[in-house]
Amino acid sequence: MNTRTIHWFKFAAPQNFYFLAGRMWPWFAALATALTVAGLWISFFVAPTDAQQGEGYRIIFVHVPASQMSMFIYLVMAGWAGFGLAFNTRLSGMMAAALAPTGALFAFLSLVTGSLWGKPMWGAWWVWDARLTSELILLFLYLGFLALQSSIDDPRRADKACAVLALVGVVNVPIIYFSVKWWNTLHQGASVSLTKSPTMAAAMLWGMLIMVLAFWMYAITIALLRVRNIILDRERHTEWVKNALE
Amino acid sequence: MHWNSVSEFFAMGGYAFYVWGSFGLTALVALGEVLLLRGQRQELLKHLRSELLTERSSS
Amino acid sequence: MKKLQLRKLGLASVLLAALRREISLAMRQKGEVLTPLMFFVVIASLFPLGVGPESALLLRMAPGVLWVSALLAAMLSLQRLFAMDYADGSLEQMVLSATPLGLLVAVKAFAHFLLSGLPLVLMAPVLGLQFGLEGRALGILMLTLLLGTPTLSLIGSIGAALTLGVRGAGVLLSLLILPLYIPVLIFGAGAVEADAAGLGIGGHLSLLAALLVLSIFFAPLATTTALRISLE
Repeated sequence: MNTRTIHWFKFAAPQNFYFLAGRMWPWFAALATALTVAGLWISFFVAPTDAQQGEGYRIIFVHVPASQMSMFIYLVMAGWAGFGLAFNTRLSGMMAAALAPTGALFAFLSLVTGSLWGKPMWGAWWVWDARLTSELILLFLYLGFLALQSSIDDPRRADKACAVLALVGVVNVPIIYFSVKWWNTLHQGASVSLTKSPTMAAAMLWGMLIMVLAFWMYAITIALLRVRNIILDRERHTEWVKNALE
Repeated sequence: MHWNSVSEFFAMGGYAFYVWGSFGLTALVALGEVLLLRGQRQELLKHLRSELLTERSSS
Repeated sequence: MKKLQLRKLGLASVLLAALRREISLAMRQKGEVLTPLMFFVVIASLFPLGVGPESALLLRMAPGVLWVSALLAAMLSLQRLFAMDYADGSLEQMVLSATPLGLLVAVKAFAHFLLSGLPLVLMAPVLGLQFGLEGRALGILMLTLLLGTPTLSLIGSIGAALTLGVRGAGVLLSLLILPLYIPVLIFGAGAVEADAAGLGIGGHLSLLAALLVLSIFFAPLATTTALRISLE
């Protein structure tokens, strides 16, 4: 028998994953910190001043990572959801539940930083451009997930119901994005578009890339920490938890 | 490096509110999540430990 | 001893019987069927009260307002889709029966369309007149609602199944499915506006039709999964 196979499936048990996550999260936290420091350094000291947007464009170094991660996390959540429904594993639902709040917060950050970018650049706190509007709808999808989860008492049923919701959501995201783009071009009253980012100097691209990675490592760290809490909470009546408490 | 002075750095070419607002909010959210999770964990452990104690004492 | 002649029911007759059951059950509580329709009228009337009676503005707003109002009204009766059968145990029977649950769910969604969507389609031109829409625009409004409301029923059935028996189900259901309704809204209202602007509506209608086909194929699948989860 392939020992590697056994090795991985062992961690599908919440008990084992609890301790694995406990050993893993400090590494991801360290990565997140290092990448953040490097990213911030580039954002403020390496990336040049933009010809059109001055120093204001530097918001993209948090706006873009927040948007990218909010979408990526939703995909990962849906992935865990599908896995959990297919293989009936408890841990998958817990991982999806662990990721959701962070994803929602990133979507929220994306919207707020987008507004803070839009106001000085285009004069309005909110523009109904395709990307911002899609991000808003993504936030609604996250909020729906969180609301459904909190309203169902039985954790297993909540996980599975949210899994269905996440999968339905992920299928709809491209449809929603496409229809919002269509809607936006049809009603081309405002010519502003937050997709019109400044022409990218290499340093700017690097800065964004490193900040995206930093956000990614941060998200993994938080998800590992949160899933540990979820596991503790749900498995409270098991022997191993009782032993771990001492 | 193109900041001539610290005050220039903080001023961000006039966009201080927007740039520092964004970065500040992001930092706040990150810090908030970490603290929240830590608090949640401590609450959980405290609660579970007291549950364990009552269970042990009643058995 | 008399031998009981049991006629084996074909699938079509089972589904037809299910459809008749849905409709006759709903007819016993006509109020519940009429309320969403009245809601449609009231909401649509709120907008002019909110923005003023200026006819140019109302005409401009009409497709969007009417579509949003119809969407909200269609959503109102979704909770009933499974709740009653869940309460008296017949839902479990349906899940356990030999008939594919997906088909039963599709029949329920179709019945929902007949009972709530179709009245909205018929009522819409009356309200459209209040907003200053005329002839051709009213026709297109009806057509888009006709294509769109079945999709709303199908997507809504997913939400109804997910929130079965959950506290605060009504509002939660809305929160869950309104984002999913957005593409239908965009293309539905967009078609009426496009036509008013002299642009073609072929694209809008094909997209609405595509959304309908997609939901016919996928919504029952999601709904049956959700039902099984809710009934566990």
